[in-house]
Amino acid sequence: MARKRTAEEMYDVVIAGGGYVGLSLAVALKQGDADIKCAVVDPKPMDQLHKDPRASAIAAAASRMLVQLGLWENLLSEAQPINEMIVTDSKLRDAVRPVFLTFDGGASDGEPFAHMVPNGVMMPALYKAAKSLGVHFEAPAVADTFRTSPDHVELTLENGSVLKTRLLVAADGVRSKLRDLAGIRTVDWDYGQSGIVTTVKHERPHNGRAEEHFLPSGPFAILPLPGNRSSLVWTERTSDADRLVKSDDFTFDLELERRFGHHLGKLESEGSRRAYPLGLKLARDFVKPRFALVGDAAHGIHPIAGQGLNLGFKDVAAFAEVLVEARRLGQDIGAMDVLERYQRWRRFDTFQMGVVTDVLNRLFSNDNDILRAARDFGLGLVDRMPGLKTHFIKEAAGFAGPVPKLLSGEPI
Amino acid sequence: MTVRPDATQGTIDSEEVARFSAMAQDWWDPTGKFKPLHKFNPVRLSYIKQEVCRQFGRDPKAVDAFKGLRFLDIGCGGGLLSEPMARLGADVVGADPSETNIEIARLHMKTSGLEIDYRAETAESLAAAGESFDVVLNMEVVEHVANAPLFLKSTAGMVRPGGLMFVATINRTLKAYALAIVGAEYVLRWLPKGTHSYEKLVRPGEIEAPLGEAGLSIVDRLGVTFNPLTDSWSRSRDMDVNYMMLAAREQAE
Repeated sequence: MARKRTAEEMYDVVIAGGGYVGLSLAVALKQGDADIKCAVVDPKPMDQLHKDPRASAIAAAASRMLVQLGLWENLLSEAQPINEMIVTDSKLRDAVRPVFLTFDGGASDGEPFAHMVPNGVMMPALYKAAKSLGVHFEAPAVADTFRTSPDHVELTLENGSVLKTRLLVAADGVRSKLRDLAGIRTVDWDYGQSGIVTTVKHERPHNGRAEEHFLPSGPFAILPLPGNRSSLVWTERTSDADRLVKSDDFTFDLELERRFGHHLGKLESEGSRRAYPLGLKLARDFVKPRFALVGDAAHGIHPIAGQGLNLGFKDVAAFAEVLVEARRLGQDIGAMDVLERYQRWRRFDTFQMGVVTDVLNRLFSNDNDILRAARDFGLGLVDRMPGLKTHFIKEAAGFAGPVPKLLSGEPI
Repeated sequence: MTVRPDATQGTIDSEEVARFSAMAQDWWDPTGKFKPLHKFNPVRLSYIKQEVCRQFGRDPKAVDAFKGLRFLDIGCGGGLLSEPMARLGADVVGADPSETNIEIARLHMKTSGLEIDYRAETAESLAAAGESFDVVLNMEVVEHVANAPLFLKSTAGMVRPGGLMFVATINRTLKAYALAIVGAEYVLRWLPKGTHSYEKLVRPGEIEAPLGEAGLSIVDRLGVTFNPLTDSWSRSRDMDVNYMMLAAREQAE
């Protein structure tokens, strides 16, 4: 058996998972309350974060949180603003894809409604901020099991270390191990689809335009990166996606071109490509005594609307606000009455977003001509009704629902 | 349970003490019998934090804003208010006539890693011992004592010059009878039947008079109302049911 080392120190919050959700929660907590004792546990070595090849779409509200956390200015120089977004609905063989929805202008004047930020820039920035604020890191280290007492939680790591904390937060992703250990069940939909994520170089500039094509196999999203490069999220049936990812570059690029089109000139896929199985996974509870789920651990949603990260940041902003305010009132942050405030705030919003994206995906991922006519009629209506479109822009930019302080550009 | 000799006289109603001791196990379960009190906690905590910080020039955002201030939590029960005060840095004396409540409060304090001076004592005996405090918390107690004016006077007497006393209670109105007794105890079953009795509810004037006699002046009064849509309590101007009062003793010359 592994050697046991029980630290005498009692943490206020231990966060399992050092992704953008876990790290930004740690930074937000420390900035709201410098006295809070906080640790982050993650299986990855934290000095390898710059190697993450992916990019994330950061909606306007989420970028306001990064402004508040003091990180945005440094990310901005590496970020690509999305100034325009088009949505089309087409068959693969359609030579010209009619554009049904155009979103331009931002959430408010002069503010692009989203930015594409390379993870390899954002993640190290979050880590550095957390480290400099005094967050303790156990990485690389794997959370093994935990035991909840009335007044604290003991988290045992695979290396035998034990962390004592008032509150354990699971930010360990959509297949959260801690969520399963806590006995929190999920509601699952499996789409039988996978999202291929890769980067392409193209000949002509994208001018900050994002495109979402609803192809019969699922949505195909092109998100502009700095330079003549774009990030792709390409949905296919899981078996097709696996085949495509494993195929040679020639075959892959050929299939890519059929979907991408030729409007940006010659294409060349760049770097690695990976397929992620897509599903909708919502936790039935977000909290238990001294335990809470944030980000994908609480809600893995279909990436069709690009809302996973933004929902995660909304969780972080709301949860940090609830916890810091509870500390300012002298409350026990692991007690259910405090945790329930977070759950009430986030669960409905999350469920609503999950259902909307689910319906969108079911509606669009097929080749039925009648459905196509119906949804095109619907999209056309949306395009002609300014009020509704504004609502969609606001929703996409993350401003719908009661807004936590960090997302409206205020400190906690 | 053991009843101290002094608990049979003065302002203590021994039937009330026995009733609360029976419920004491549940004090710290936010989903248990004291759920309403747990739900009520944020609104009174935020009011206390705000007013104490204003009076003593502390930063309302600080998590140790009450450092160096001496608090009395009279009728502290299981310690639902004493613990947050101690967490904010206050030196807290928590007093309750029920030994059982005090034992529960002590037990819980240890698991919370806090230091609180819990005493199974009455307001009168504390006053007689010459205790004094910067802040006296008199929350949801006055409607349970046998002699409210005497109780208010003895607690008010312990407020130091420049200090504060918070009083929270339920008004004696028909609306309070309908909502706080019939509604909360019989319809919604938030509280065990018999928690409050109508005759013991207290009108604002019945608080002002004894506090004034003890040399305190009322500086604020506000209602606290429940919003069923958000399932939470908030401050309001409606003092017909639950209300709070803030009294201060003038700074010494």
